[in-house]
Amino acid sequence: MAILVIAEHDNASLKAATLNAVAAATKIAAHLSADIHLLVVGQNCAAAAQAAAKAEGVAKVLVADAAHYADQTAENVAALVVSLTNAAGYSHILTAATANGKNMLPRVAALLDVAQISEIVAVESADTFVRPIYAGNALSTVKSADAVKVISVRSTGFDAVGQGGSAAVENIAAGPDLGLTSFVGRELTKSERPELAAAKIIVSGGRGMGSGENYHKLLEPLADKLGAALGASRAAVDAGFVPNDYQVGQTGKIVAPQLYFAIGISGAIQHLAGMKDSKVIVAINKDADAPIFQVADYGLVADLFQAVPELVAELG
Amino acid sequence: MKILVAVKRVVDYNVKVRVKSDGTGVDLANVKMSMNPFDEIAIEEAVRLKEAGIATEVIAVSCGLAACQETLRTAMALGADRAVLVETDVELQPLAVAKLIKAVAEKETPQLVIFGKQAIDDDANQTGQMFAALMGWPQATFASKLVVSEGRANVTREVDGGGETLALKLPAVVTTDLRLNEPRYATLPNIMKAKKKPLETLKPVDLGVDVTPRLTTLKVVEPAKRSAGVKVADVKTLVEKLKNEAKVI
Repeated sequence: MAILVIAEHDNASLKAATLNAVAAATKIAAHLSADIHLLVVGQNCAAAAQAAAKAEGVAKVLVADAAHYADQTAENVAALVVSLTNAAGYSHILTAATANGKNMLPRVAALLDVAQISEIVAVESADTFVRPIYAGNALSTVKSADAVKVISVRSTGFDAVGQGGSAAVENIAAGPDLGLTSFVGRELTKSERPELAAAKIIVSGGRGMGSGENYHKLLEPLADKLGAALGASRAAVDAGFVPNDYQVGQTGKIVAPQLYFAIGISGAIQHLAGMKDSKVIVAINKDADAPIFQVADYGLVADLFQAVPELVAELG
Repeated sequence: MKILVAVKRVVDYNVKVRVKSDGTGVDLANVKMSMNPFDEIAIEEAVRLKEAGIATEVIAVSCGLAACQETLRTAMALGADRAVLVETDVELQPLAVAKLIKAVAEKETPQLVIFGKQAIDDDANQTGQMFAALMGWPQATFASKLVVSEGRANVTREVDGGGETLALKLPAVVTTDLRLNEPRYATLPNIMKAKKKPLETLKPVDLGVDVTPRLTTLKVVEPAKRSAGVKVADVKTLVEKLKNEAKVI
């Protein structure tokens, strides 16, 4: 028996969240003495496969390289994972709970006729896992009765494995092209800043920013100074200040950086769900009673329009 | 074309849930219940497609307790034409719901099935994708824009780092993200009208679906509480503390 982890990548590089998913697989493997296989599905993805081979704890990297995997559509990737699982008898299938992982993995579970266990944050045993429910207001321990455990991994729950490994890389045959979807285009936000999900410091703005213009004018200099990623509350996204991929919270990204700045954010349950595991939280808000101050390590009751430029100046 | 929309009755998003002291779950007694917010967006999108003359009928479907009738009445007050409830007291997990909705879809033969991307109670984010896989249909999850024409759906999706657009052959599945639309409020006349719209009730056994849970919840606990820190007097003190006390910059 072995454990299959599906890599998150963009053909050229491996996404950091994969290393957290491998870490979760390592914890499961310790209960079973099972090998871990890391699957890279893409087109011209040799560079991603090379990076995958360095993930510590991985015994073998499987590479399916074909034109119909260029955009990693859920339908085609899931079909491949299911046929691999039926052939190789994997006991567990894991992937990071990224937009890609969340999109693809439930198809795998349904086709195998098993439950999926979403966004685990801890491994209790080979069949028992802990996952947050109700926006992280409760932690549920669930035991799976299925033959194959299909699991998505919340990155903040597991420290990434190192990259000093040297797994064998094996090419495998591609699965069928189901031809159900065709790719029209992709518009990625261009940014020199670190990725939100992997950043060590995050500067987030909320409704208190007042406008998209204010958001950029005030927060970009601060993020630049700190080498931070930019985030936002759902309220700021709903108000149209920034695109949805900035959103931190229950329905956006779940982050746990070393330092999180919540600026002009009141601290709704939905937002706290996405950032309350940050190591240090700083809140700047003019409302002294804002709920964000109940989770902040350092709170500053101040007008953000004065405090943020002052902060940039003070950081030198 | 017909559109089927799946809706779920969940704890209202404004309620802060409490974990029961015996660790068996969260306390749902006397808690306000509402339609899952992403499902409201799903209903709204379907009703807009009908108003635009693209859809001919919008059918809302829900699975669970008899009380889900309220949620379906809300869906009809928002513009769904009729509703189907698959009623059961069994705790339903996403795979079981996907199978039940598959059975309903096989009877109703919709060209488009819209789901909310996730329910805000179990936060699973699975049912739409599972349904699509069971049907062998294409899917576009986390939709922020939907255009339906000539047997195809062009869907813009929210992905990490931006957006992407897919073209799907119908029949297909779409799951909604926040920016797809802003749902309307149900007006009083529409709430009254919804009471007269047809609501059919089925049982899982009528549909030949085994809904036995695959996952057993062993315990539910509150997460470790984060305690409030200190308020600092000014920006200078804040920077000093971040540098010398927290040592994070």
